[in-house]
Amino acid sequence: MDFRLTEDQTALRAATRELLARLYPPERLREDAADCGPPRLDRELWRALGDAGLFSLRLPEAEGGVGLGMPEAVLVFEEAGRALLPGPLVATHLAAGTVPGAAAGQVVVTVVDGGTAEWLEEADCVVEGFGEPAVPGPYPARTEPVRSVDPLTPLHRVPHDGAGGRAASEAELLTCAQQIGSAARTLELAVQHARTREQFGRPIGSFQAVKHLCADMLVRLEMARTAVYAAAVTGLPEEHFAAMLLAREAAGRNARDCLQVFGGMGFTWEAEVHLHIKRGWVLGLRGRSDRSYEEAVAEQLTKGAEWSF
Amino acid sequence: MDLTCTEAEEAFRHELRSWLARVLPALPPRPDPADWPARRAYDTGWQRTLYDAGYADLHWNAPPTRRLIFLEETERAGAPYVGANFVGLLHAGPTIAAEGTDGQRERWLPGILRGEQVWCQGFSEPEAGSDLAALRTRAVRDGDDYVVSGSKIWTSHAEVADWCELLVRTDPDAPRHRGITWLAMPMDAPGITVRPVRTLAGTTEFAEVFLDEVRVPAANRVGAENDGWRVTMVTLSFERGTAFVGEVVACRRVLAEVVGHAKETGAWDDDAVLRRRLARLAIEFGVLWRLIQWNVSAGAPGVGGSVFKLRYSQARQELYDAAAQVLGPGAAALDAGHPWIADRLSSLSYTIAAGTSQIQKNIIAERILGLPKGA
Repeated sequence: MDFRLTEDQTALRAATRELLARLYPPERLREDAADCGPPRLDRELWRALGDAGLFSLRLPEAEGGVGLGMPEAVLVFEEAGRALLPGPLVATHLAAGTVPGAAAGQVVVTVVDGGTAEWLEEADCVVEGFGEPAVPGPYPARTEPVRSVDPLTPLHRVPHDGAGGRAASEAELLTCAQQIGSAARTLELAVQHARTREQFGRPIGSFQAVKHLCADMLVRLEMARTAVYAAAVTGLPEEHFAAMLLAREAAGRNARDCLQVFGGMGFTWEAEVHLHIKRGWVLGLRGRSDRSYEEAVAEQLTKGAEWSF
Repeated sequence: MDLTCTEAEEAFRHELRSWLARVLPALPPRPDPADWPARRAYDTGWQRTLYDAGYADLHWNAPPTRRLIFLEETERAGAPYVGANFVGLLHAGPTIAAEGTDGQRERWLPGILRGEQVWCQGFSEPEAGSDLAALRTRAVRDGDDYVVSGSKIWTSHAEVADWCELLVRTDPDAPRHRGITWLAMPMDAPGITVRPVRTLAGTTEFAEVFLDEVRVPAANRVGAENDGWRVTMVTLSFERGTAFVGEVVACRRVLAEVVGHAKETGAWDDDAVLRRRLARLAIEFGVLWRLIQWNVSAGAPGVGGSVFKLRYSQARQELYDAAAQVLGPGAAALDAGHPWIADRLSSLSYTIAAGTSQIQKNIIAERILGLPKGA
């Protein structure tokens, strides 16, 4: 038993972070958000992500993929979440190997699952739910564009009953990974600000109230990250439910606490904080309700068996 | 990231499990918690049993995964706690093993491992609680001895200990952290007075220790003079990281019992809020268990130690609060046939002992996140 990241995993994470810092730095994120029109998906960026293996990561090498597993995918999607990379990343990743062109980032795949669809107008291909295999369906009828709260995630309302299955839980876990990445970024932003912003003649990070906000953010992040990594490694249902609840909370609460540390400056459109809050709300719609995960865990408890972890 | 046990680790688990099944039924009944000599005899007897079976030194001499398995399996089987051996096995022993001379290791470690010597901890003082570096107990060199005067508090097992791992101030003029020395003080030395402290749980779990010109041989100093702070910190971070492994397993068992009780009363089926509250606790303890594995894999629990300490102490309190809710009117009775209410009282110390939650947050903010010291 060794829970640490392997050397390869550490290298993969570092390489992904470096790549995204180049392809989609925070300045670019703020520029994109400053545009008032409906967001456009940057095809060149999408292809670059395809070239980097973000979509083909878990495809077997024989099929032109990288041949890695869920733990590695989680590390990569955590970095995507940290950069707040826009686009239907999870849907395209899960369609790699079944939808031609998805793996290479030449085709943008989105999913219609559970009432809202992301990036419907920009997508080349729409997948019906996260059943297996990913089946390209017709462009859904009776869709209704929504004024999305997240300026970088266009949404449509779609009449649909989600199809569950293994891929659905994979989609959930990759979403968790994005959420912990976002929680890590808002912690980083809050700490940077607390170190440099001065009030009463000293950095606000020297005040214990601010320190404790930041410490709470770190604790929340580390617990959620532990849960997500464990779920990626074991695939156990109870670990999966734990990851869903903790990652969702970490993204939401950390973004809010980050705003609190920034104060009035965080309440402006130019700041990065609101983009994390809003993306957190959109990502939080994926998967089931908190209550449903809690009840699922409760059901596990009634089986009386001690958890295997 | 590999969470499966190797074949060797699994073999060790099974060997341990069958050994526990053999020895536990033969154990004498647990002593009255108020009877310190009986507690000492029971705890050290258990340590001797472990020693004879070759399991005594797992706390500091084994690969971390084996230590985890040991703690997990002994707790699962309902084996005795480390009890009076706690400071020896988890603090003084590892400190001597890491920082002592060969002679000191030979002098003290076998007695700890065989359950012959009980240690207590003389760190905190009435005026040095959260601010441990403010300790004022003085040690003045006189020939081959240090002459020690001052007082210590929260000293568990002081009434029955043979040795005390003592922090003293040897240089009053040095910066606070740089004038401290680590000594092993024999508890039968003239000038030591032990006064038990009654806790809010009604128990006397620890004591005040008054030191009046106690002579401690300089040969009992571990590490260099004035280097005691560094010597001590080695084991304190260890405590936050892994010392509570068995307790997390125990909390999961208590949670299962609480769920069972809620099912019996019908509350489980009727009360969705209670059900979800208990599910949340199951998640918390499950993730804390994984965090321990993370910390142990990482070797020294850096970030993970304080994270674990904060969340575990809170979760433990919430567990017993939930137990009280399930008990309903029985939550006011200390003699209801289960220890939940007594444990609820003792759980109140968890967010205070070994560094309060607020101190842990300061540690995280300053040492991990690099925020400036100050207000």
